Amino acid sequence: MTQRHTLSVLVEDKPGVLARVSGLFSRRGFNIESLAVGPTEHPEVSRMTIVVAVDDFPLEQVTKQLNKLVHVIKIVELEPSASVQRELLLVKVRADPSVRSQVLEIVDLFRAKAVDVTPEALTIEATGTAEKLGALLKNLEPFGIREMVQSGMVAVGRGPRSITAAAVR
Amino acid sequence: MTGAQSLVRSLEEVGCEVVFGIPGGTILPAYDPLLDSTRVRHVLVRHEQGAGHAATGYAQATGKVGVCMATSGPGATNLVTPLADAYMDSIPVVAITGQQTRPLIGTDAFQEADITGITMPITKHNMLVTDPAEIPRAVMEAFHLASTGRPGPVLVDIPKDVLQERTVFSWPPEMKLPGYRPTTRPHGKQIREAAKLMCTAKQPVFYVGGGVLKAEATAELRELAELTGIPVVTTLMARGAFPDSHPQHVGMPGMHGTVAAVAAMQKADLLVALGARFDDRVTGQLSTFAPNATVVHADIDPAEISKNRRADVPIVGDCKEVISELIDAVRAEKANGSADLTAWWRQLDEYRSTYPLGYDWPADGSLSPQYVIERIGGIAGPDAVYVAGVGQHQMWAAQFISYEKPRSWLNSGGLGTMGFAVPAAMGAKMARPDAVVWAIDGDGCFQMTNQELATCAIENIPIKVAVINNGNLGMVRQWQNLFYSERYSNTDLGTHKHRIPDFKLLAEAMGCVGLRAESKEEVDKVIKQAMEIDDRPVVIDFVVGADAQVWPMVAAGTGNDQIMAARDIRPLFDSDEIVADDATASSRMTREA
Repeated sequence: MTQRHTLSVLVEDKPGVLARVSGLFSRRGFNIESLAVGPTEHPEVSRMTIVVAVDDFPLEQVTKQLNKLVHVIKIVELEPSASVQRELLLVKVRADPSVRSQVLEIVDLFRAKAVDVTPEALTIEATGTAEKLGALLKNLEPFGIREMVQSGMVAVGRGPRSITAAAVR
Repeated sequence: MTGAQSLVRSLEEVGCEVVFGIPGGTILPAYDPLLDSTRVRHVLVRHEQGAGHAATGYAQATGKVGVCMATSGPGATNLVTPLADAYMDSIPVVAITGQQTRPLIGTDAFQEADITGITMPITKHNMLVTDPAEIPRAVMEAFHLASTGRPGPVLVDIPKDVLQERTVFSWPPEMKLPGYRPTTRPHGKQIREAAKLMCTAKQPVFYVGGGVLKAEATAELRELAELTGIPVVTTLMARGAFPDSHPQHVGMPGMHGTVAAVAAMQKADLLVALGARFDDRVTGQLSTFAPNATVVHADIDPAEISKNRRADVPIVGDCKEVISELIDAVRAEKANGSADLTAWWRQLDEYRSTYPLGYDWPADGSLSPQYVIERIGGIAGPDAVYVAGVGQHQMWAAQFISYEKPRSWLNSGGLGTMGFAVPAAMGAKMARPDAVVWAIDGDGCFQMTNQELATCAIENIPIKVAVINNGNLGMVRQWQNLFYSERYSNTDLGTHKHRIPDFKLLAEAMGCVGLRAESKEEVDKVIKQAMEIDDRPVVIDFVVGADAQVWPMVAAGTGNDQIMAARDIRPLFDSDEIVADDATASSRMTREA
């Protein structure tokens, strides 16, 4: 069965490493649903969070192929139940004074934040799981979404253990 | 010193003896100190593709890293084919390319090409060096990556101004490869599990691939084979890993393998794959490949295991260590007894005796290409190195020459690169000057890279080239004959009809000895004549029949059970299946082709 998998990939912070990783996915015929890259507590190491929808067996193959990239240090699959997974959403909603309070009520309900206000529109910042952000958007839709941008997912395993500690000397 | 001097010093320090290359604008600074090096010899080739394949031939013939060098832009892009070739066949090659100066990178400057971007999917790794102080480390890492784990090509791209800048050279540099840790020691539990299966299986087969040659594990393989009595098949990449003359060798498997080797795998209850990758040319249609076999798969690359065929016992490790440990484990396991393989061998012997490799002489009285190749092998013997191009002549060379020793058979297996033979033979001869090196080439292949004959003549690299000249792109013609109703679209090269080019004259123009044979009587004479010449390259134009075909054959897309020993002879079918399956098989073949 095709399932969504979240991979945390520790990579050396080298030019071209993103191209190597994304190229490998497309070359081997896998679709990336979302990808986020950023620094870690180690200056020479970056962390990618890649969400990919594949069967278990091809996932094993893509993980092995990723591991062969010289700049890839470590790959961990994060189970949704054993990790915290978040995405960031910025959305510009049509909100003239007549509906602004209704919009703000929804913002409160979802523990989101209004980060920019003009007479015609509100810009809202929200973080959460893909499901939560989806629900927020659904509630905002009737007011008219003028523009939105969403980050890829970032995730970290629950509990005291660190995936970077053992991998990075 | 300059970055360029640092580069040449680094090449000297890692033990590089030969560089095949062509200078040009951006790599020019490196060629200046190269002129003074007494430890690195540079061979000036005629085309960068030749440099790449020569480096590959050098590496295949010795196991050492082959090195090629080219300038930026077109020089570098001409290396793309040989790099892809070396990647597919896991050959340790290092390519050094010049690059435009750092300020010009990304501006579409003259002879600029993003060669690290271009070669990303066809190299094991590549790097752009942006600081001259990093040159020694880059060279050391490149050689380390190319030659360890699963070998492969590595490209080092160096901008011209980095080569020109002043720097300090210090050796040895510290390698920084935190993400590179190949597993070489196999897991003990898996080894014991495999040994148990090897002692209990009733119809086991060793499926030996090129990894055994790369791991220098042929002596161990022989010991393990003799210890167990298990039949051995050697793939196209593994010819010579186990002696052809050994009674346990049942041949090459795959699309043009022997009936016995294909049958052994199809009927096996245990496949022990050693350094092999279940390539589609070996398995045929995967769903019907070796249907009853439990699979033990040992490879140094974990990504190969269960890639195509699910392994029941996966073993990640270097073949030399894997096989050595298997020997010990089997010895221990044998104390509990082992299965009797007599019935299995009786079955295989029957296939061997009923369907030996063979060929018919062409009906039109022309020279048989198989005979020519068989005679070259017979006269040059097992100590020679044979290098093939790609096509019919390659398959015949794999079939009709007896390989007894490792690294005596070089070819382009994975990528199937026409034009491989002449430059790769040049590299092999550089690596092993005392060995007789025969390039067995087709007239199509030969016309792709024969300019390196000039290199061979001038640099005193006396290879021998047998052009199996059937006047056509023979393998394509064979498919047109079988699957395209004998409509021969664009396969006639005119080398028969017009004798253009005249290969004998071409050879002479290139500073080689040119010979020709057109009849059976002349064959031995010209081969022996070529064997006598050691001061120049020799080219023999063997004018052979156009209609000879490569048999046996498993048509692409069909299952191995449908192997045809010759046209219309399908030995692995049960007789009651023949009528029904004949129609489906032929329709499937037509579709696939």
